Amino acid sequence: MPTHQLNLFGKILLYTLLVLFAIQFAAPFAWMISTAFKPLEETMALPPVWIPSEWKWENFTQAIDSMGNFWRYAGNTLYVALLSVIGSVLSSSLAAYGFSRIDWPGRDKVFYLCIATMMIPFPVIMVPTYTLFRELDWIGTFKTLYVPFFLGNAFNIFLLRQFFLGIPKSITEAARIDGCSELRIFWQIILPLSKSALLVIALFTFMHSWNDFFAPFIFINDQENYTLALGLQAFQSRQGGTEWHYLMAASTLIILPLIVLFFFTQKTFIQGITATGAKG
Amino acid sequence: MTRTDKLNTAKGLLFISPWILGFLAFALYPLLATLYFSFMDYSVLAPPVPIGAENYAELANDTNFMKAVFNTVFFAAISVPLNTALACFLAVLLNFNVLGKSFFRTAFFLPSLVPMVCLGVIWRWLLNGEVGLVNQAIGPFADFANAVLGTTFDTPAWLEDPAFTKLGLVVASVWGLGHAMVIFLAGLQEAPVELYEAAELDGAGFWSKLRHVTLPMVSPYILFNMIMGFIAAFQVFAVPFVMMDGVNEPPGGPGGSMLFAATYIYLKAFQDWEMGYACAMALIFFLLVVSLTITLMKLSERRVYYAGK
Repeated sequence: MPTHQLNLFGKILLYTLLVLFAIQFAAPFAWMISTAFKPLEETMALPPVWIPSEWKWENFTQAIDSMGNFWRYAGNTLYVALLSVIGSVLSSSLAAYGFSRIDWPGRDKVFYLCIATMMIPFPVIMVPTYTLFRELDWIGTFKTLYVPFFLGNAFNIFLLRQFFLGIPKSITEAARIDGCSELRIFWQIILPLSKSALLVIALFTFMHSWNDFFAPFIFINDQENYTLALGLQAFQSRQGGTEWHYLMAASTLIILPLIVLFFFTQKTFIQGITATGAKG
Repeated sequence: MTRTDKLNTAKGLLFISPWILGFLAFALYPLLATLYFSFMDYSVLAPPVPIGAENYAELANDTNFMKAVFNTVFFAAISVPLNTALACFLAVLLNFNVLGKSFFRTAFFLPSLVPMVCLGVIWRWLLNGEVGLVNQAIGPFADFANAVLGTTFDTPAWLEDPAFTKLGLVVASVWGLGHAMVIFLAGLQEAPVELYEAAELDGAGFWSKLRHVTLPMVSPYILFNMIMGFIAAFQVFAVPFVMMDGVNEPPGGPGGSMLFAATYIYLKAFQDWEMGYACAMALIFFLLVVSLTITLMKLSERRVYYAGK
């Protein structure tokens, strides 16, 4: 709806609402950052102090030191996230190709089955998954976190299939007549045309892996192999919620890479979310 | 089947083979195993012992299980419609060609990027009863009402008072509605301008355009966001876990008010190692999620408008 039909009162109301909501959505971030820089006594001050009297950068080094092995957790998180991205991009694009560019009887029924698996909540299947990983002797290792991504992911397959279906048939027909193998068509024609969609699922998988708590919480038991999410949870549990400036500093450090990543990829990211909601 | 059909089936299956393996290992097997274990006494350390329907009989008398189901349904029933409505409302506001549209969109979206554990830590701090920012913000309003109307409102102890813990969780969940909002924005942009123009010619004002053009146009997105929202809300675990700083003593925080389905399944399976019992719970919970999703789809069948279908 264009704004021009709003009268002055409507415009004032519109912008007032937007500004009020924006303040409410920004305030927790602002408070987190402000707390992260405060000296301890100011974190509990009443009325609240927004601008620290002294910007304590050392809160961040302190938080890193007392969280355990922060850099190791960061390295673990990055390692798992990157492997998950590689696995997801490879396996989901292969599967999406089989669900879109090749016509075979029963294909769409199998695809609906694939979509239906999105409805299975993790808590429902976590016990047998745990027993399976235990049989494989994987408990405590990163394999429990990234291997599932090498075996396709319904959500990513769905997104890529939408995209592959949009590529005109004529583009691959010529190559097929020339005797190109299906794998070569996939690798040399379809994938290069789908860079933006692949980037979307890479981003989503990365964020998902970076944020995940429940799976690592259950499958990772050795502190050496903690991810950042596990490390932060253990940290806050250990110090019983008193040193809020350190907790906020640690949270800021964990959120920051995601925000930076988002700003660099904003357009692709938003398009990706938009594609998720596409009717179909 | 013709020869090409056979060839294509072989090719197609080959391409989807990674997914087939994943489906067998991480969907079909766990679901069947959950069903199987639910009739067993099983602790992982020893082989499962069949005990018939004993787990289910025990479940029927487990007040904690009832609590967990109630809490989960309560949280989902409040947070999902609230977040969906608010996300839609914000998208409608942004869809006026406002100045600084991308600034506002980013402001509303960014919080949805925050990892669950960070979200839990941040909101545990914001909802702190004494020095939390939330109570600092609503305190003056309570004082004002008390002074003027003679009421006795007090700022709630969000994390200690069983009547408020779940509401605190709802407040925290609102912060993450950005994802749904972006989907609504895309839906709104699909609504053809001609429809609004035609409505205007018929003398429709703002509200009737919203009611008769915008809402039907975004109805598929409402359904989509509600279903995704419910599936996510039913799995709620990390945020209450962090907000309550673990949930063992007593299970689920004050008065068991933060004991959710996922929390209780986790506690039974990985704290008490009663995996058979946890599986029985998981199965009932799964049937609940599936039937709710299907009901939602059926109920909305007549109300959702799909353009061009």
